[in-house]
Amino acid sequence: MSRELFRFKGGVHPPEHKAESNSRPIHAAPLPKQLVIPLRQHIGNPAKPVVNVGERVLKGQLIGAADGTISAAVHASSSGTVVAIEPRTVPHASGLPDTCIVIDTDGRDEWIAHEPLDYRALPATDLRMKLRDMGLAGLGGAVFPSAVKLDPGPAQACPTLILNGGECEPWITCDDVLMRHHADEILQGAAIMRHLLGSTEILVGIEANKPEAIAAMEAAAANLDFTVEVVAVPSIYPGGGAKQMIETLTGRQVPSGKLSTDIGIQVFNVGTAYALARAVHHGEPMISRLVTVTGHVLRPQNFEVLIGTPMQTLIELAGDRDGTTGILMGGPMMGVPMPNPGVPVVKATNCILVQSRELFPPLPKPLPCIRCTRCADACPAELQPQELFRFAKAGDFGRAQEYHLFDCIECGCCSYVCPSHLPLVDFYRYAKSEIWARERDKRAADLARERHEFRLFRQEREKAEKAAKLAAKAAAKRAELAEGGARPEPAGAAQADGAPAEASDADAKKALIAAALARAQAKKADAAPKNVDRLTPEQQREIEEIEARRAKIRELARKPLATEEDA
Amino acid sequence: MTSPTLHGNDSVTRIMAWVLAALVPGVVAYVWLFGPGILVTLAIATATAVAAEAAMLKARGYPAKPFLLDLSAVVTAWLLALSLPALAPWWLIVVGTLAAIVVAKQLYGGLGQNIFNPAMVGYAVLIVSFPAQMTHWPGPLELTHAQLTLAQSAAVIFGGEVPRATLDAVTMATPLDTLRTGLLQQFTVDEVMRQPVFGRFGGVGFEWLAFAFWLGGLVLWARRIIDWRVPMAFLLGIWLAAGLLHFYDAGRFGSPWFHFFTPSVALAAFFIATDPVSGATTPRGKLIFGFGAGVLTIAIRTWGGFPDGVAFAILLMNLAAPLIDQYTQPRVYGEARAGKETRP
Repeated sequence: MSRELFRFKGGVHPPEHKAESNSRPIHAAPLPKQLVIPLRQHIGNPAKPVVNVGERVLKGQLIGAADGTISAAVHASSSGTVVAIEPRTVPHASGLPDTCIVIDTDGRDEWIAHEPLDYRALPATDLRMKLRDMGLAGLGGAVFPSAVKLDPGPAQACPTLILNGGECEPWITCDDVLMRHHADEILQGAAIMRHLLGSTEILVGIEANKPEAIAAMEAAAANLDFTVEVVAVPSIYPGGGAKQMIETLTGRQVPSGKLSTDIGIQVFNVGTAYALARAVHHGEPMISRLVTVTGHVLRPQNFEVLIGTPMQTLIELAGDRDGTTGILMGGPMMGVPMPNPGVPVVKATNCILVQSRELFPPLPKPLPCIRCTRCADACPAELQPQELFRFAKAGDFGRAQEYHLFDCIECGCCSYVCPSHLPLVDFYRYAKSEIWARERDKRAADLARERHEFRLFRQEREKAEKAAKLAAKAAAKRAELAEGGARPEPAGAAQADGAPAEASDADAKKALIAAALARAQAKKADAAPKNVDRLTPEQQREIEEIEARRAKIRELARKPLATEEDA
Repeated sequence: MTSPTLHGNDSVTRIMAWVLAALVPGVVAYVWLFGPGILVTLAIATATAVAAEAAMLKARGYPAKPFLLDLSAVVTAWLLALSLPALAPWWLIVVGTLAAIVVAKQLYGGLGQNIFNPAMVGYAVLIVSFPAQMTHWPGPLELTHAQLTLAQSAAVIFGGEVPRATLDAVTMATPLDTLRTGLLQQFTVDEVMRQPVFGRFGGVGFEWLAFAFWLGGLVLWARRIIDWRVPMAFLLGIWLAAGLLHFYDAGRFGSPWFHFFTPSVALAAFFIATDPVSGATTPRGKLIFGFGAGVLTIAIRTWGGFPDGVAFAILLMNLAAPLIDQYTQPRVYGEARAGKETRP
């Protein structure tokens, strides 16, 4: 491979533990008795249920419709009866329940009518809508609705398409195994992506620790009528992160706060490409995925799993063992601890990592930060984690934001290398959630203030209108009294008279509004400080200088914070 | 605690243990060249530091065990002990160590919270308060041809009766002192350097001690226990400042080689300026911090009133570290590179 690769900053190299699970063939997990399908499995709005309790559903039938642009549909993973639509514990660290559709399967696994799509014939917008309704979402972990990512936007084209087969997290092998066994279909997915995005360069980045996957993908790429470059990238965590993969392959960084499409690059996980091919060429919505079950189990391996299958079923299939201390969804670096083994597999479940004391010994108690900056050396976002930690701990969230807290990708490299064993990522998550909460509060307060101000304005206006009406009435009365006795007017003249009367009516209204404005201004003037009324020129100049300095300081304080400046 | 659930095998204890291990060549050279008195000094300092740390942790309501096991107090004690003249009286060592551990470290909030390098605070307190006692440097064996035994050294340190003649025979002014005094007496550098205390690069014996510290320091550097930027910038600061002065007037200013091979510069470059807690943290900040400390060391050595400038140079830079950090924040991922627009 002649392609020049670029080294992103930082990263760590934890023990890989890939060999445990990547040598066994893919097994299809059996149909469970009950499927629990959360309506929120993707980033964006949760799906809206479109079935009722008691209804019979078929495999692949839409049960939750996408709600809005950034959303994805959910489907019944097998045939059966909807027995409940209720909050259930979902695979999330919080352990909080979320709405799920519960299906008792009937064992027949009966498909709904489905057929391939001719993606070349369909208008792009229609195709994207169909993909949204087939529940396509990124399978790499972030579960962002794929239809949105397949829209090149106003640029009309996204020159570079990257398929991410990095899989840098230790233990996880589902992408590795998928590439070994389904390389052709992954590249069929890439062809559809290329069609939608108008990409001219297609790259597949795979970490060098997966030689079999690289070989399989290269072989599949050779059969295509367009060029796909399969690139072996160095195995450095988090090299499989989208931003890191982009930098490794192209040497470019996604500007802070922007999307990769802004620099003409779109990245999809290889699993998403496979799912896309299944959706388009077979009409199958996203109802299953590959899941690595590994760690403290007898037979670590990959399963083809229906969405909604309880994790416990898979752990038993892989051979559960005594001494289990916990279950992670995902890898050890970014994985989320599961509240219980009964939670269902969702679209985001790439791995079920069963923990034991031997494999994951508890960390020693944290010591204070000694500012050794090993975290800064390891940070792929090129942040200063030790400062972020200090600010987060002190509750100085404004400073944390100034030091680019929101550029943190929570990869965990800082915590991994920290000699004081500090749970740094937890501190960043805490700071982020605090800032979000404050912004929410501030928005609510702003809204309340706006409402209040509008109410005052409305009252004032109503008062003015009332006064104007009364004045007009009185004027009309006076005119009537003055002219009524003199001579009866011809109808035409009365009508002609009407216009100026109306005009004066409007004038009076205007005058009244002007008076109200003047009153408001006077009030404002009253509230203004009196000691700046009569200033000597020197004082005035001094004030202006101070103001100029302040403006400069404000500018110097780099990115001004919405929360602090406006509050 | 959520993610990550995985952790590398680094720990504060491991870092501190490496620092101590890297000091061992220096200690061995010290004993070899100047006699075993340093071992007594090290023992007193270590015992005082551990006791003071334990007492302060208890007083502050912290568990003693994890903080004693991190070995940071021992590192402070060793660095202070190695900065003191090996035949200093016991109470001097105790006072210095207490100033380091109790005041500079624990009163500022303990591990990770101290603004100043504790060992250098201890040293500064002693050099300011007890300048006379800070001159009990043993001379190198090569010159004195007599060394105190361990027992004799202990006797001196604990104020026991030692024949004055014996003591006079083994202690002498350090090369740095000799140079300073000589220059004050209007001798040229060349004339002073012809005295027997000066060896090939620095002082007889002292240059080998410096060499041993260099060796340990380079191990820390190679093992990435310390960041390469601080020692490099510090030595560069020393080299440039001393070199420029020497180039300007070789008669009045010592050569940069001489400064390079003083033990205090070697110790400071690899063991003291590299203290992460009290130093700068950003990559550019570390360069500025080290360079500043190097230049200040030469400035204080040349124009200051104290025998050595390292401690004050480090403390002054400690003061500046937060400011340096604030103004040297590096570019983060995705931020436009200076002078180069991020392509749209």
